[in-house]
Amino acid sequence: MNRRLDVLVCSGAACVSSHSAEVKSALACEIDARGLSDEIRLVETGCMGPCELGPVLLIYPGGTFYVRVSPNDVAEIVEEHFLKGRPVRRLLWETPEARRIAEEKKQVPFFEKQQKIVLANCGEIDPENIEEFIATGGYEALGRALTEKSPEELIETLVASGLRGRGGAGFPTGLKWRFVARESGKTKVVVCNADEGDPGAFMDRSLLEGDPHSVIEGMTIAAYAVGANHGYVYVRAEYPLAIRRLKTAIEQARNAGLLGLNILETGFAFDLEVRIGAGAFVCGEETALIASIEGERGMPRTRPPYPSTSGVFGHPTLINNAETWGNIRHIVLHGAQWFAAIGTPQSPGTKVFALSGKVVNTGLVEVPMGTTLREVIFDIGGGIPNGKAFKAVQTGGPSGGCIPAEYLDTPIDYESLKKLGAIMGSGGIIVMDEDNCMVNIAKYFLDFTCDESCGKCVPCRAGTRQMLDLLEKITDGKGETADIDRLRSLGMMVASTSLCGLGQSAPNPVLSTLKYFGHEYQAHIHEHRCEAKVCPSMIRFEINPAACRACDKCRTVCPVTAITGKPGTPPYQLDAQTCIRCGRCAEVCPFDAIAINSGDLN
Amino acid sequence: MKLEELRQIRERASKELSLRKGNARIKVVIGMGTSGIAAGARDVMAAFLDEISVRNLTDVVVTQTGERGLASSEPVVDVLITGEPKVSYGQMTADKARRVVVEHLVNGNAVTDFVIEVRG
Ligand SMILES: Cc1cc2nc3c(=O)[nH]c(=O)nc-3n(C[C@H](O)[C@H](O)[C@H](O)COP(=O)(O)O)c2cc1C
Ligand code: SF4
Ligand code: SF4
Ligand code: FES
Repeated sequence: MNRRLDVLVCSGAACVSSHSAEVKSALACEIDARGLSDEIRLVETGCMGPCELGPVLLIYPGGTFYVRVSPNDVAEIVEEHFLKGRPVRRLLWETPEARRIAEEKKQVPFFEKQQKIVLANCGEIDPENIEEFIATGGYEALGRALTEKSPEELIETLVASGLRGRGGAGFPTGLKWRFVARESGKTKVVVCNADEGDPGAFMDRSLLEGDPHSVIEGMTIAAYAVGANHGYVYVRAEYPLAIRRLKTAIEQARNAGLLGLNILETGFAFDLEVRIGAGAFVCGEETALIASIEGERGMPRTRPPYPSTSGVFGHPTLINNAETWGNIRHIVLHGAQWFAAIGTPQSPGTKVFALSGKVVNTGLVEVPMGTTLREVIFDIGGGIPNGKAFKAVQTGGPSGGCIPAEYLDTPIDYESLKKLGAIMGSGGIIVMDEDNCMVNIAKYFLDFTCDESCGKCVPCRAGTRQMLDLLEKITDGKGETADIDRLRSLGMMVASTSLCGLGQSAPNPVLSTLKYFGHEYQAHIHEHRCEAKVCPSMIRFEINPAACRACDKCRTVCPVTAITGKPGTPPYQLDAQTCIRCGRCAEVCPFDAIAINSGDLN
Repeated sequence: MKLEELRQIRERASKELSLRKGNARIKVVIGMGTSGIAAGARDVMAAFLDEISVRNLTDVVVTQTGERGLASSEPVVDVLITGEPKVSYGQMTADKARRVVVEHLVNGNAVTDFVIEVRG
C-alpha cells in the first residue's frame, strides 16, 4: 500500500528534553491501533528550529506544523487530522506578530525570512537514515568531486565562493585549504571543530544531530582536495545525541563505501574518528583542540606554526568549524557563483544562529548574511516578550559584545559587527530587555571567561580576575569613579597581550558595555542605582502604605520575617535591614503594593 | 559502491521523500468527515492508495478533507491535476476508485459516469 502521510517528529535535543519521544510512541500506538501503519510513516528528525515550542510535529503533504504537542493530543491528531483531514487548530502556531494562526509551516513568520542551506535537511529528514540524505542529493557532490574534479579545481571553487570560516574568525576557507594542499607532508589531517563552548550556542550540535552526513561529506571532499586520508570530529561530551547520530552516520557511510579505503570505488581513501572533549571553552581554540586530540591537556600554543603547517601530531592539518563543513557540498554542487551571490559580497552565504534570551521565538535560525539584527530579533524572533523594551543584543557569546538599540539595523556580517565592538562569533545571539542590567551582563560573561581561562598566560589569568573583581565591586555598590578607567585599561591590556583568542576577546563584553551603556556604570557608582533593578545591593523593597490592604500574604512568604503587620490593619511594615531582597513578597502581593526601588534616597 | 549506484539509490530513495517535496502533479482529496467515513470513504481511500502504489504513480498525493455538505453524494473525491479544472466524483466505492486511477490519473480522461461537478 502507498503511503499518504509523512509525520515528522522533531527529535532534536530540545524536543527530546520536552518529551518528544513520548509523543512519538503515543503516535505509533495510535496509528497502529487505527490500522494506519501502512499509510502513515513516522520520521524522527533533527531540530526544526523553534525549540522553545517543542515538541513540534511537521506533517506532509501540506506542511502542517504543530507546536507544544503532548501525548494527550495524539488521539485527536490521529482522529481529526490523519483520518478526517481536519488539522487540529489549537495546536497550530499562533503568531501574535502576524495576528493569525499559520496553517502551514512556510506561513509562519519565524520561517518566512529564513534561508536554509546548511540546515536544509535539518528537521526534514531522518538523520539516522543515509538513504534519506542521499535522496536529497547527498554524496553527489563527493561523487562529482572524486570523478570529475581535480583537487586544484575544488580549491579554486572554494576560494571563488568566498566562504569564510563559521567558527568565529571568518578566515577564508579556500585559502586555508590551499595552504594545507601546498604542504609537502605525506600524512595530512582534516578536523571538524564541533566543540561549541559558548553558553547558549547550539548550532553545531543541531547540525550534527539533524544532518551529520553533510559534515562527513564536506570533510571527505576537503580530504580529497588537500590530500588527507584521516580525519577527526571533535565534539564535547555534553552532546551525547549528536555523538550517537554522528557515529551512526559514519558507520553507515563506511558500509556504503562512502568512507574507508576505496571511496565510491575511485581508490581514494579517507576515514573519520570521533574525539570527545571534556567541554572546556578553550578547547574550541584550534591549537588547544589539536593538543586535546593528541591526548595532551587542551592548552593553546603560540602560532605560527599554524595547524596548516603543523597540526595533529605535527602533520599539516585542515581545521574547520562544523557549519563551515556543512556548506561545502552545496558549493560543490551549485558552484562558486551561486554561493557568492547569497549574502553580502564580503560575507557570502548564510549563517546559522542560536537565538536566545528575551525574545519570543528562541531557537535555531539560518539567514543570509547581511540580514539585519532587527530582522532576526523582531521578524524571525517575534520581538521582546511581555511588552518589554529591547535593550541590547550580544553576538559572539562571551567573546562578543553588546550592541544597543540604535544599531539594530546593522547588517549581520563579519566586518559590520566587528566595527561595533562585537563579533560574529560562532552564532550565539542573546537578546536583552529593560530588565537586564548591563554591568551584571558584563560580569556574567567575564565570570565565564575568567573561569575558562586555561591559565597559561598572566594577562588572561590574572587580568580577567582583576576585571571581575572591579565589576563585583561596582555591582556591590562600592564602585569608585576611577574604576571605569581601570576597567578600560585592564581590558585593553588583556586584549592586546593574551596568547589566544580567549584572552584577546574576553574584555569585549566589558568594553562594549562601557562604550554603549556607560551611563549604567555611572549610575551604579554614583547613585547606587541599578536601572534594571537587578543588582541586589542596590534595590529596596518598599510597601506603599496607600495601596496595602493588609491581606497578610507578603508576611507569610517572607523567609526572614522582614515584614510585620496585622491582618486587616494596613499598612504592613517592611524592615529594609532584615530584607534579603529575594522578591517573594512583591510576587505575591495581589495589590501591587510592594515596589522595587533603586538609587540613593535624597 | 560506485557513483552510478549512488545515483540509483537516490532515484529510489527520492520517491520515498516525494510526500515531503509537495510538488506532486496530481492531488486526490477524499472527503473524510463523519458522514463520508460512514458512507465508506475509508475503503475508497484504501483503494486509491493501493491502486496508485500498484501502478507506481509517483507524482500523486492523496489527502483528505472534512465534510463537504454534499451528504447525498458521499463519499466524495476531488481530483486536482495541475493546469486542469477540478473534478469531483460522488458516491464513490473502492471499485470506482480503481477506475478513476486508471482512466483519469493514468490516461487523463475523467470518468464521466461518477462526476458530480467540474470547476475552475
Ligand atoms: C577560546 C576560543 C574558542 C573557540 N571555540 C570554537 C568553537 O567552539 N568552534 C569553532 O569552530 N571554532 C572555535 N574557535 C575558533 C577556532 O580556533 C578556529 O578558528 C576554527 O575552528 C576554524 O574553523 P573555521 O575557519 O571553519 O571557522 C575558538 C577560538 C577561541 C580562541
Ligand atoms: S589567553 Fe587565556 S586561555 Fe588563551 S592561552 Fe592565555 S591564559 Fe590560556
Ligand atoms: S501582600 Fe501587599 S496588600 Fe497584602 S499585606 Fe503585603 S503589602 Fe499589603
Ligand atoms: S529541537 Fe525541536 S525545534 Fe529545536
